Amino acid sequence: MKAQGKVLKYGDNVDTDVIIPARYLNSYDAKELASHAMVDIDPTFVERLEPGDIMVACKNFGCGSSREHAPLALKTAGVSCVIAKSFARIFYRNAINIGFPILECEEAVEGIDEYDQVEVDYETGVIYNKTKGTQFQAQPFPAFLQKMIETNGLVNYVNEKKEK
Amino acid sequence: MGMTMTQKILAAHAGLDHVTAGQLIECELDVVMANDITGPMALPIFRQMADKVFDKDKVVLVPDHFTPNKDIKSAQNARDIQDFSREQGLTHHMVQGKCGVEHAILPERGIVVAGQCIIGADSHTCTYGALGAFGTGVGTTDIAAGMATGQTWFKVPSAIKFVLTGKPGPYISGKDIILHIIGRIGVDGALYKSMEFTGDGVQHLTMDDRFTICNMAIEAGAKNGLFPVDEQTIAYMEEHAPGKEYKVFEADADAEYDEIIEVDLATVRPTVAFPHLPGNAHTIDEIEAEEKIYIDQVVIGSCTNGRMSDMRKAAAILKGREVAPEVRVMVIPATQKIFVQCMEEGLAKIFVEAGCAFNTPGCGACMGGHMGVMCKGEKCVSTSNRNFVGRMGDVDSLIYLASPEVAAASAIAGYIANPEKIGGEQ
Repeated sequence: MKAQGKVLKYGDNVDTDVIIPARYLNSYDAKELASHAMVDIDPTFVERLEPGDIMVACKNFGCGSSREHAPLALKTAGVSCVIAKSFARIFYRNAINIGFPILECEEAVEGIDEYDQVEVDYETGVIYNKTKGTQFQAQPFPAFLQKMIETNGLVNYVNEKKEK
Repeated sequence: MGMTMTQKILAAHAGLDHVTAGQLIECELDVVMANDITGPMALPIFRQMADKVFDKDKVVLVPDHFTPNKDIKSAQNARDIQDFSREQGLTHHMVQGKCGVEHAILPERGIVVAGQCIIGADSHTCTYGALGAFGTGVGTTDIAAGMATGQTWFKVPSAIKFVLTGKPGPYISGKDIILHIIGRIGVDGALYKSMEFTGDGVQHLTMDDRFTICNMAIEAGAKNGLFPVDEQTIAYMEEHAPGKEYKVFEADADAEYDEIIEVDLATVRPTVAFPHLPGNAHTIDEIEAEEKIYIDQVVIGSCTNGRMSDMRKAAAILKGREVAPEVRVMVIPATQKIFVQCMEEGLAKIFVEAGCAFNTPGCGACMGGHMGVMCKGEKCVSTSNRNFVGRMGDVDSLIYLASPEVAAASAIAGYIANPEKIGGEQ
């Protein structure tokens, strides 16, 4: 599985309150949430984003609230994956549970600028910056989580286990 | 090698004698909780996996975030979890007017006790560590699976040990201590880790102080915060969960920690976290040395600081006085029981006579949901836990996190003020 697209880049501690502000949490309709994604930190996000684009951010991405609305909004808006120096742990779990790939790679974050064209291979963890011709190796998901992503998230994983 | 207190609780719930940091395990859950934002979203996911919850005693749905309902959509969400709760025959059926803020009501009702493994679809589920339980926040899909199976997977965390020494001064409470700590280690200083609090200083912290401290472990990125069980914890459980079985876990003497950090409580000053991060800590002395920060709003409440001792501390400062003319003040007891107690002890009258709105329990103000939203350019001193961009309203409003003492003193002064100077009946 691969992703390819241009990069939208952000700084440290992008929190779930700016990814999807609480005032929109009276709905969990994915499309509605997606239309408000990142509005409090970057009102141009939705119009600049094209399907398949990649988000790159510095440390502690997704900190704050447990709202699964946050990864859901980004995924539905068309973000193919997020590369960050580190992720807050609840966001990390939520992303995996809805089958939204996220990769931790400090060097890639340093070596990628806004609007660079980037290619990501989820299985190998290889991140290729096509604009600059540079390549980075992210930690691929541990086997346990890869299995969960393969079965397309937690719901199928639980159902499959039940059938055994 | 020994285990941390967190690791011992997790090992027991995974049916293992020993676990080590980084290990992936599956744990049995004692409580699975969601609210009126995360709960409704979990229901269709739950129905893909099960018809019945794994245990009607152990699943709790709390309507607290947008209740009393802010609009039609939130009314539908609250309706959905209430109907589900009744349909499933949940033992702890929570209805507006009979409950309160989730992380205050679960301990108050004795639903959470020492030694348990708890997940909640709310990031501040780490609050229950005050009771010597493992509590951690998860998202909607995780909570749906937990409701269906009574299990979830964890990566066993490593830990930072905080050795608390000394006795905190007057006007210093749990909030100052945790803001001081997050200021030292940063908002990702404990990312993926446990924050385990130990040391002689623990005896000087009330249960409410401990709830406040554990509540904000997530603001340092932690998976959970945890206090050892002592006489105070046991007394609390005897009062709130009489006859309920609990289990006391202790860290092994040879447990390994990533870091050991000493905190002398006697030197902690009234501390305020400036916008836009909970780790942006300033002492009141630093604040007093600079130009005054005038404010428009004060919020005293939330799952961090809406408990009885918080109400008493704020009331002691506000008694017989009036809040500054241009400042809106909201006092929000975290549960119905605390609300009644505020009336019985005469605190409600003190708040109202001082010019505060005395509101029904809920999360609205803290999360910019309703009942306390700010417009562009406004500043608020809040006893809640997050001061992110736009958290309480407009993206150009500012939030300063503080203790109930600092918040009450600031309400009177009209600017961020030192409770030691403003005084009151402490």
